[in-house]
Amino acid sequence: MSNYFKVLRPGINSTFQDLGRFGLQHLGIVASGCMDQLLFYISNKLVGNKVSEGALEFAYQGPLLELVGESALVAVSGKVNFNIIDKNGETKKGMSNESFVVSNGDKIDILSTINSVYGYLSILGGFKLKEIKGSVSTLVKAKIGPNNGDKLKIDDKIFFTKSNSAGETKKIEFEFDADNTIRVMKGSQFGYFSKKSQQYFFSKEYKVTRLTDRMGMRLEGEKLENMVSKNIKSEGITKGSIQIPGDGQPIVLLSDHPTIGGYPKIANVITADYDKLVQKIQGSKIKFKLVDLVVAESAFQDYIAKFNKF
Amino acid sequence: MLKKISNIGDCGITCDFGDEVNKKTNKEVIKLFNFIQESVNSKKIKGILNYTPSYNKLIINFELGKIKSKEIIEFIKVSDYSKTTLSEKNKIVEIPICYDEEFALDIKRLEEKTKLSFKEIVNDHLNTDFFVYMIGFVPGQPFLGDLNKKLYHDRLDTPRVKINKGSVGIVEKFCTIYTFESPGGWNIVGRTPLDLFNINKKNTSMLSPGDTVKFKSITKKDLSSFKNE
Repeated sequence: MSNYFKVLRPGINSTFQDLGRFGLQHLGIVASGCMDQLLFYISNKLVGNKVSEGALEFAYQGPLLELVGESALVAVSGKVNFNIIDKNGETKKGMSNESFVVSNGDKIDILSTINSVYGYLSILGGFKLKEIKGSVSTLVKAKIGPNNGDKLKIDDKIFFTKSNSAGETKKIEFEFDADNTIRVMKGSQFGYFSKKSQQYFFSKEYKVTRLTDRMGMRLEGEKLENMVSKNIKSEGITKGSIQIPGDGQPIVLLSDHPTIGGYPKIANVITADYDKLVQKIQGSKIKFKLVDLVVAESAFQDYIAKFNKF
Repeated sequence: MLKKISNIGDCGITCDFGDEVNKKTNKEVIKLFNFIQESVNSKKIKGILNYTPSYNKLIINFELGKIKSKEIIEFIKVSDYSKTTLSEKNKIVEIPICYDEEFALDIKRLEEKTKLSFKEIVNDHLNTDFFVYMIGFVPGQPFLGDLNKKLYHDRLDTPRVKINKGSVGIVEKFCTIYTFESPGGWNIVGRTPLDLFNINKKNTSMLSPGDTVKFKSITKKDLSSFKNE
């Protein structure tokens, strides 16, 4: 008997992700992978999966899914408003960061993330996903990944491996970092910008605009003045780079970024603050703080310590 | 020659080969790229996630916690990668192209601008051994060079909203092949039926940085009957 979730509503941007697809950027294939690594990790931990198991990532509004088949142990990570509707139509409020059992005919209705962007759904035993070049991450713009490289669509069936519903349930205490300071290191073309713009960049607030997705986050704020050249020779892009195109407004390049690009980069978000950044909703105001490699590496140690706590 | 290595954030380094965009510089980049790729494949170095060559730089991304930038920089400094030759590792690929007016959207304009005949433009394009400088932006898209100087031309003032997959375009000394339907500002001179990129194949991208491309003219009929393996 096959077990699956029927997609009754796909949500805004629901895709399968794992830690990413590596070693192919020189062929134009970006790593992709989960936007918030800590939450991805938590969702797998909650159901007892290996931490790299593929999960369903959703942004803002998530999917409405109906289970067909045998009961399963699942978990939703993040700050998520969701309901569990049993086969008799009774609605129960879902608890994020806590695993639970769903049975044949039950529905999981992921209504919205709360004051955050991304959340994850994991299932004990994992979804049955086709691995492509060693990963189940989805890159929608190049149609690479499971589900034909696409976002979830209505009526899709998400098959899963027989899940042990008697698996141990687990609860993890989790809070987002409410602070709006994002630590960065100087970018490759930091010196292209006027002294005044360099100061603005580290002192003024920048607003997260609605033109933000898995590829990039467009910010709005004090215009940054380039004194050298508005274009550079195209070069490889690193996740978290902050480029400044001709209009002087920053774009942070996120997990599905183009592999090469020709805009000057003023800064790079440190690894430890990437999860925090991507969870900032449209309209949030953020501030950048300059740090050096020593601080970034030590911040990474603190970040990893959070993973080991669970 | 490798001029400078610097950090990009906490999980990347740039290997900078100077400001020149030419084959000589790019070949040095590709040598280091080949060396890193081989070292990753043979597990001589751990924690490297991606290595992306461009005209004059190689960007290396790594997993923080597995390796530090200092270790990678040291690994490069003590190696003798620059003594390797490219020909051992890189291949020559023939790419069919149809220059029929239905596909060569900008050749008429190029004829006027360059004062060359259609035939001269096509012959120049066919007689060039193109070097693959880099691949990217989108999956599998190659940036090839160098064109004959007579064909140098600027980008379109207004980029097209839609360029079909397989379109071959030129700008300045470079030639590209669109591997996905996309917007674009290159001068389109023809179309190839060859699928340069297929994620389901073992060799996902037919071309790698450092390869050589030769175009071969085909008719419109050849184009429509062409079957990708």
